[in-house]
Amino acid sequence: MEWIQQLVNGISLGSIYALIALGYTMVYGIIKLINFAHGDVFMLGAFIGFFAIARWDMHFIPALLMAMILCAVIGVIIERVAYKRLRNATRIAALITAIGVSLLIEYTVIFFRGAAPEAYPTIFENPSFNVFGVQIDTRSIFILTVSIVLMMLLQFIVHRTKIGKAMRAVSHDADAARLMGINVDNTISATFAIGSALAGAAGVIFGIYYTRIDPLMGVLPGLKAFVAAVLGGIGIIPGAMAGGLVLGVVETVVSALGFSLWRDAAAFVILILILILRPAGIFGKNAREKV
Amino acid sequence: MLKVNDIDVYYGNIQALKGLSLEVNEGEIVTLIGANGAGKSTLLKTLSGLLKPKRGSIEYLGSAIDGKAAQSIVKAGISHVPEGRRVFANMTVEENLELGAYLRKDREGIKKDMEHVYELFPRLFERHKQLSGTLSGGEQQMLAMGRALMAKPKLILMDEPSMGLAPLMVKNIFNIIEMVNKEGVTVLLVEQNANMALSVAHRAYVLETGKIVLSGSAKELQESDEVKAAYLGGL
Amino acid sequence: MKKSKVFWGYAIIALVLYAVVQTLISFGMVNTHYQNMLITMCINVMLAVSLHLVIGVTGQFSIGHAGFLAVGAYISAICTMKLGMPFSMAILAGAVVAMLAGLLVGIPSLRLRGDYLAIATLGFAEIIRIVFLNIDYVGGAAGMQVTHQSTWTYAFVGTAITILIISNFTNSRHGRACIAIREDEIAADAMGINTTYYKVAAFAVGSFFAGVAGAIYAHNFYIIQPTAFGFLKSFDILILVVLGGLGSLSGAVLAAIFLTFVSTYLQAFPETRMIIYSLVLILVMLYRPTGLLGTKEITDLFKFRKKGGTKV
Repeated sequence: MEWIQQLVNGISLGSIYALIALGYTMVYGIIKLINFAHGDVFMLGAFIGFFAIARWDMHFIPALLMAMILCAVIGVIIERVAYKRLRNATRIAALITAIGVSLLIEYTVIFFRGAAPEAYPTIFENPSFNVFGVQIDTRSIFILTVSIVLMMLLQFIVHRTKIGKAMRAVSHDADAARLMGINVDNTISATFAIGSALAGAAGVIFGIYYTRIDPLMGVLPGLKAFVAAVLGGIGIIPGAMAGGLVLGVVETVVSALGFSLWRDAAAFVILILILILRPAGIFGKNAREKV
Repeated sequence: MLKVNDIDVYYGNIQALKGLSLEVNEGEIVTLIGANGAGKSTLLKTLSGLLKPKRGSIEYLGSAIDGKAAQSIVKAGISHVPEGRRVFANMTVEENLELGAYLRKDREGIKKDMEHVYELFPRLFERHKQLSGTLSGGEQQMLAMGRALMAKPKLILMDEPSMGLAPLMVKNIFNIIEMVNKEGVTVLLVEQNANMALSVAHRAYVLETGKIVLSGSAKELQESDEVKAAYLGGL
Repeated sequence: MKKSKVFWGYAIIALVLYAVVQTLISFGMVNTHYQNMLITMCINVMLAVSLHLVIGVTGQFSIGHAGFLAVGAYISAICTMKLGMPFSMAILAGAVVAMLAGLLVGIPSLRLRGDYLAIATLGFAEIIRIVFLNIDYVGGAAGMQVTHQSTWTYAFVGTAITILIISNFTNSRHGRACIAIREDEIAADAMGINTTYYKVAAFAVGSFFAGVAGAIYAHNFYIIQPTAFGFLKSFDILILVVLGGLGSLSGAVLAAIFLTFVSTYLQAFPETRMIIYSLVLILVMLYRPTGLLGTKEITDLFKFRKKGGTKV
């Protein structure tokens, strides 16, 4: 029975990774950039949610929406200010810039409010309930619900709407997309907006689940979400979801087996194994680099 | 309809077009023939806004379009069927066609035009739910043309539609080019297959190393000794 | 003949520099604070130059250099503190084990390139850190006590050897092969360069000297902790190479010296330091993506006059 609880915990953690990984994978798919600052957008989302709930007494849903909208705006600003000029730069230059943006966000936040952590307010009266003898954390169910709704929404946007089709077209062939009359710059910004909004949502639910947030909280989940994206096959949206879930469950299992200090290493071991054995990821097709 | 006036286009430091001028009149099929690297594709990319000319002007229906963004050129009614087809391989045939109509808002019109494309290319209808990456080269060429038609263009730019296709398929494609033209779409056709191109075109230009070296009616060029020697493989 | 002249020229400059500082120290004219800064400067130069070999010369984008620093630091500390070995032997041991770690990381680099490699190196460095964190023998999260044994002499000699070997390597046949890989790996492969061999060699040599730096680092601060070797440390090293110029050894040295000054003076304001660092990274990439010196060396400025300009 304890295993079912652990599994639920793993899936909850995994869906947070998955939400962050979606932004990584979408951005990588469209401009081939590992957006290191993505983890920090997640952190900002957590703080926005915190202020909304704890200081301005907002309800959970409006707070979540506010974090998502503000993060979307932040994501677009980052893209327009820092990344747009680098479209034709080398991959290394783009990656270094992304690292720079990430550090800038982290330390600007520390500069203004210090590095001290903040405790998220509790929003559920009953911390857990009983299903056939299994204690299930209310927050786990809640995280799962939010994640599933958001992922379904994303699938709808990407496959059914015009902007989603434009995003897929640009990520496949930007010049051909231009010839269709698609505004590539706006499409890239939209991708950042959607990805950042998901990261913002992940930030809020992370805060509710783990209750402790701090300015450097985005670094490790950010890196792990990237691992999840690589695991599922970078650029592939269902891959990011699956990768996130797998990673969350693996980490929880490692902890449950009594190796909690090794938990963080698990993600990187998975990363290196997948890079060596199957660099295109679980869902990816191996493509040779063009000469 | 389209007037290109003395344009220079560069790829980085390399000048690809040198003072090129040409003209396309409404209702015509004009073909541009030339060898690899002559600058044919560069010209089309410049016309559709992917490249910007350094000098010179491009006039379309009386207004300047040089330096405008690709999307406003598509909106003005110029569609480009790119070299190598460039279909969105990870999307279905139908989604590709929908993207062709990306800037249009008239749902009814889009639906009608999609039916029309399926009439022109029944093969595409058979495969409309299939991922376009799984189509054959000829089918992808049809899709690229159909996709361009979905924008309801007045002028269509075609870059090497015969490339890599079996002779029978080439014939099929050129028949459709003529059909599309008869429906009122002006065509600027870039080809290495000079024989085929000259047989459907009204007028033609010969491009060599970024400059127009010959022009005239398709008939004249077909009979010109220089063209025969250089492009038609005859004596 | 000319080459050896240049070599002796640099050797004399280095000796004079060393002698002057050593004299000042032995007459007590440099206080501990500045001695520390000088040693830190040497450590940073070693790190910058060794990473320069991997990123700048060979074009393999590694952002896990702190991992090798950690290996050098911990292994040398074990040698002196637990095994009672002399410091010089401990430095060598730390460097050799770091080199082995470099070989281990170099092997996946056979298959990865660009940003995938970057992430993999970051992952490796994190794994190394977490391994030390979990070994009680070296103190786990609390860290490990290390006696202060690093002196200006050790630091300077280490730095001089690092620069000497890496610049010789770069200017040799091997270095040219590495540069060819940086410029175009596929073309280099087609030309018959054993790209795998050189990529792994660059990683191994780079890690060796990061290990030397780690040994001197460990014996300069009384205590080493796993948290000191996280990816922030890797980024700290990365910025030295990026700022100096991707592919410029003298650029890396100058950037290391300059940024050591900057961070010493900003020690009391770590947030400000990181904000400045990150802004520098972003601005350099946006406005001068090749770094301040690009692939040029500071000595090219002098050659420029004599030969009337030769471009590499």
